[in-house]
Amino acid sequence: MPTLSYIEAISRAMWEEMERDPSVFLLGEDIGAYGGAFKATKGFLDHFGEQRVIDTTLSEAGILGAAIGAAVVGMRPIAEMQFADFVTCGFNQLVSNAAKIHYRWNLPVPMVVRLPAGGYIHGGPYHSENPEAWFFHVPGLKIVAPSTPYDAKGLLKAAVRDPNPVLFLEYKYLYRRIKGGVPADDYVVPIGRGDVKRDGDDLAIITYGSTVHFSLEAAAILAKEDGIETRVVDLRSLKPLDVDLILDSVKATGKVLIVHEDHLTGGIGGEIAALIAERAFQYLDAPVRRLGSLDTPVPFAPPLENHVLPDTQKILEALRALNRF
Amino acid sequence: MKTPVSPAHTPSGKTFTLTDAQKLELFHAMKLTRECDTTILRLYRQGKIVGGAYTGAGNEATAVGSAYALEQHDYLLPMHRDMGAHIVKGQSLRNIFLQQLGRAGSLTRGRDGTGHYADPSLRIYGNISHLAAMIPMAVGIALAAKMRGEHAVVMNYIGDGGSNVGDFHEGVNMAAVMKLPFVLIIENNQFAYSTPTSKQVAAARLSDRAIGYGIPGVTVDGTDVLAVYQACREAVDRARGGGGPSIIESVTMRMQGHSASDDASYVPKGMLEEWKAKDPVATFERALIAAGILDGAGVKDMEARIQSDINDAVAFAEASPYPDGADAAEGVYAT
Repeated sequence: MPTLSYIEAISRAMWEEMERDPSVFLLGEDIGAYGGAFKATKGFLDHFGEQRVIDTTLSEAGILGAAIGAAVVGMRPIAEMQFADFVTCGFNQLVSNAAKIHYRWNLPVPMVVRLPAGGYIHGGPYHSENPEAWFFHVPGLKIVAPSTPYDAKGLLKAAVRDPNPVLFLEYKYLYRRIKGGVPADDYVVPIGRGDVKRDGDDLAIITYGSTVHFSLEAAAILAKEDGIETRVVDLRSLKPLDVDLILDSVKATGKVLIVHEDHLTGGIGGEIAALIAERAFQYLDAPVRRLGSLDTPVPFAPPLENHVLPDTQKILEALRALNRF
Repeated sequence: MKTPVSPAHTPSGKTFTLTDAQKLELFHAMKLTRECDTTILRLYRQGKIVGGAYTGAGNEATAVGSAYALEQHDYLLPMHRDMGAHIVKGQSLRNIFLQQLGRAGSLTRGRDGTGHYADPSLRIYGNISHLAAMIPMAVGIALAAKMRGEHAVVMNYIGDGGSNVGDFHEGVNMAAVMKLPFVLIIENNQFAYSTPTSKQVAAARLSDRAIGYGIPGVTVDGTDVLAVYQACREAVDRARGGGGPSIIESVTMRMQGHSASDDASYVPKGMLEEWKAKDPVATFERALIAAGILDGAGVKDMEARIQSDINDAVAFAEASPYPDGADAAEGVYAT
């Protein structure tokens, strides 16, 4: 199995889907001649031509609205937001338009919005956003957030083939830092299915995206230093959630830590905690703990950013506190 | 009530000849549009309409004349004053009233009202209430049509108010840069809800906006169905031929409140009377009679036919069941 970086896996998925289906096309800012701000679409223009790799005007509402229109009449656009932060400029197109079309019109809206998300890159308040909670609330949207190259390729392919608008969160921090085995042939990772990235029966971490990797590091340290085995659940899909896997993990361990890079307040962790309280309260041996970013914008200077974002050490401390309960 | 027209904002003068039969078709669509709207208001007052009632009195020539410039395979994205466009594009009266009454058999299965439906068989994609949001979406349809070589044109509508929303700029600019087959009608009906155009726009004409996008923009008398048709046909032909998008400002007057619950008391005294002299339906009727294309008996026949068609549609819709409440949970996602 070839080894690819996280961003190479994303590129491969787009390339293969465009080869497979002529209705798949790309639109976004600087994605053609320049190959994208992160080079996810490098070489695409030469191979697929400017009809299918469209450099748009600087216009998030325009890109998202155009993707919706094309999708409603049967195309399968992949729209790139240069940074997830800028999706706010096209927010209405997603929540008022795309999300409600199938319910109102009974027509599929097969579009993907790629959202380069997250911090740890010293991007400051406008290049570090984690936008999932804004959209998690909206019926009609799907959200996926892969943490590995394998999942990134499989989930992006699933997103392209899905008949609904799918927000694809991809983590800038992982782009070139994370490498892994990715099959050269066609496969999909089904939307709505989580994955146990490390097994264990003492504690459980429920997480997704960038913090999967910090969680795995923390779990390894805890096993080595304390002899405590932690199950690390990678949700992979946020909307819909893999409810069965969440509840099974509560039942298997009785002690749960929810970790995400996004702010704690109003974050997806709150919904997961509520779900556990409603449906698996009797299996809990300790209160559910949550760890996320501080409720601040993501600051610029490294010491400030480090203070705000979750990391391996903070997760380790939370796990030890959970274990002591 | 002057209709601003200067040479720079006038259609080229190229004329598209319409037969007498086509002119009668236009007139029938305008009469039917007026009667549909009147019926909707009557049903609203009888408490039979679900939600608000929005009509297009004064806008019949604009809606009918513009949509008449489209071919069957062209796309229509109308808004809430454009009953005439729905009718011209071929929507049935039964579907129109099923929508108004929120019935299970409506095109939105009761999930949305009025013209907020899509009918892919007619290539009609109705508005959402954030009207300007439809412009980028219409541009995306035009992009898809161009990519697939459909030789289809997308016609979309916005108001004097909606033309100030950011989506207007992003959508029109994108269409202009990509030279897409897109025609945007700006219905300048003097008021955005209660706010007059003078408090919405400082430009002399809404078609002036086209200059900034490097595309043609014209202003037409929106009470004259033939003038609207000529301007739109020219823009549609240009778009189909690869000449890119156009803006057409159609100047008319909203003859009723924003919705049935609005008494329009903010409209200056005398303004409605002044515009009434230019009533699009009555003006066209007089012109057709003067040209010998229509006579009094012909009008009576047409009115009787329209009334009977509407009665049938209303009776059909009223006899149709509401959706089952539990059905509300279905269809959020496509499977």
